[in-house]
Amino acid sequence: MATTKGRTYRYSLPVRVSHWLNALCLAILVMSGLQIFNAHPALYWGEDSEFDRPLFSISAGRATGGRAIGITRVFGWSFETTGVLGRSTLKGRAVQRAFPGWSTLPSEQDLATGRVWHFFFAWLFVLNGLAYLAYSLSSRHLSRDLLPSREHWKRLGHVWRGVLIAALGRGEDRAQYNVIQRVTYLVVILVLGPLVVFTGLTMSPAVDAAAPWLLDIFGGRQSARTIHFGTTWILVLFLFVHVAMVLMSGLRNNLRSMTTGWYGLGEVPSHDER
Amino acid sequence: MTNGRWLYSRRRFLAASAAGTAGLVLGGCDRLSSAPTFREFLAGAEGLTERVHRALLWRGALAREYRVADISRTFRANGSQDAYNLPPEHIELGQRGFSDWRLVVDGLVLRPARFSLPELRALPARTQITRHDCVEGWSCIGSWTGPSLSTILDRVGLLANARFVVFHCADELPRYIRGVNPYYESIDLIDAFHPQTILAYEMNGAPLSLAHGAPLRLRVERQLGYKMAKFLTRIEVVDRFDRIGRGRGGTWEDDGYEWYAGI
Repeated sequence: MATTKGRTYRYSLPVRVSHWLNALCLAILVMSGLQIFNAHPALYWGEDSEFDRPLFSISAGRATGGRAIGITRVFGWSFETTGVLGRSTLKGRAVQRAFPGWSTLPSEQDLATGRVWHFFFAWLFVLNGLAYLAYSLSSRHLSRDLLPSREHWKRLGHVWRGVLIAALGRGEDRAQYNVIQRVTYLVVILVLGPLVVFTGLTMSPAVDAAAPWLLDIFGGRQSARTIHFGTTWILVLFLFVHVAMVLMSGLRNNLRSMTTGWYGLGEVPSHDER
Repeated sequence: MTNGRWLYSRRRFLAASAAGTAGLVLGGCDRLSSAPTFREFLAGAEGLTERVHRALLWRGALAREYRVADISRTFRANGSQDAYNLPPEHIELGQRGFSDWRLVVDGLVLRPARFSLPELRALPARTQITRHDCVEGWSCIGSWTGPSLSTILDRVGLLANARFVVFHCADELPRYIRGVNPYYESIDLIDAFHPQTILAYEMNGAPLSLAHGAPLRLRVERQLGYKMAKFLTRIEVVDRFDRIGRGRGGTWEDDGYEWYAGI
């Protein structure tokens, strides 16, 4: 890693390209995925759908008195979610939809177009992920920059306090990923990414014929759909925390380093974003 | 840090600009979605999916078959189900037990033929308990009985230029308007000769109900439910399907869904 005075070359070109491609893919996959989910907004466990016993569902109904409302059910519990889930406004009209128009791609209910977006960017996501993995293994990015060593683990408490006060260490500490970053990125890259891809593939009747063991691993097609949905929300949660940390530790420095590769070490985050 | 009012207005500004950006991006994506060339470009991924599936999937690889105990308590019917989508003649055929119904098999075949229901029942039948995956996302497990499509195709004999099998149906989507939008679907010869591709006259041990496509429906177990045409009237063997319907190989395909519905 080339280090000059006050800055370090933190991200190689393949890492930067795959990062932004991945960001694009995730945004489109989540939104087109919500469009697809809206076609049947209920989740089940097992191979088939027990329509009267979903684990999770979003529907529209009426409150006592006849007011039109949106209802979200999780296990046995019901919540009124009018305005966002079940019933929302799209282009000035009140509509009955599971996820609201601003969260889906396209914004109107259109399963066919949602699928076209989803499968194109699913391919891009998978190919980009495979290219990234191949590069990370061959360039030792994975073992050098992401795999935490014993030394990293020893600093866990220190880093955690640093995260809490939003300082994230200073100077030399920031030349490389700390232990929390390492573990988080490894879980996202090696667990959540593959999980969302393989549960997605398990929803394909053709892939199930080629690899029936996928059904056994995930407990059936409907289970796979439920895990696919859940993993997506964990990835979205990661995304929110990730962006929050980027904002807290210096938006401009982070954006610049992920674009040009050069990460400034001398900058104090509070000067950047307060 | 700063006074509350300033923070409040800045927050509002940030929220408004975030919403504005999201709106622009969304509006842009919606416009892109409806631009035919861009949509065609994205839809090109279907060809990649099909080729990769065909390469990974052994021709004869079977869809999983389940136990009797796995059969779903409720098997949702969708698409056409009743007189709303069916011509009155078909309802009347059903009231007479489909004794006057015939399945026409023609097109690029050596010996065009017509099959009555008893004739189909006399053919060697296969019973399979399989999972039906709807494009909407739900699944149901049911038992299906009927002759293999390959048995029928072998009877009539395919011409050398045969490439696709088209299924013409009695029903119409979105609703019956006397032959304006008859339901149809098509598959290639790999799926047509797959051992689990059958013409089912029975579901869960009973004659097919009207909602599930009486008297005869297609089962193509490695694809999604919309391929499995119900209320069959005619099987046509063709070399191309761009002159049928709106040219994309099926009712759902004409509405923008994939012709290869393996995922």
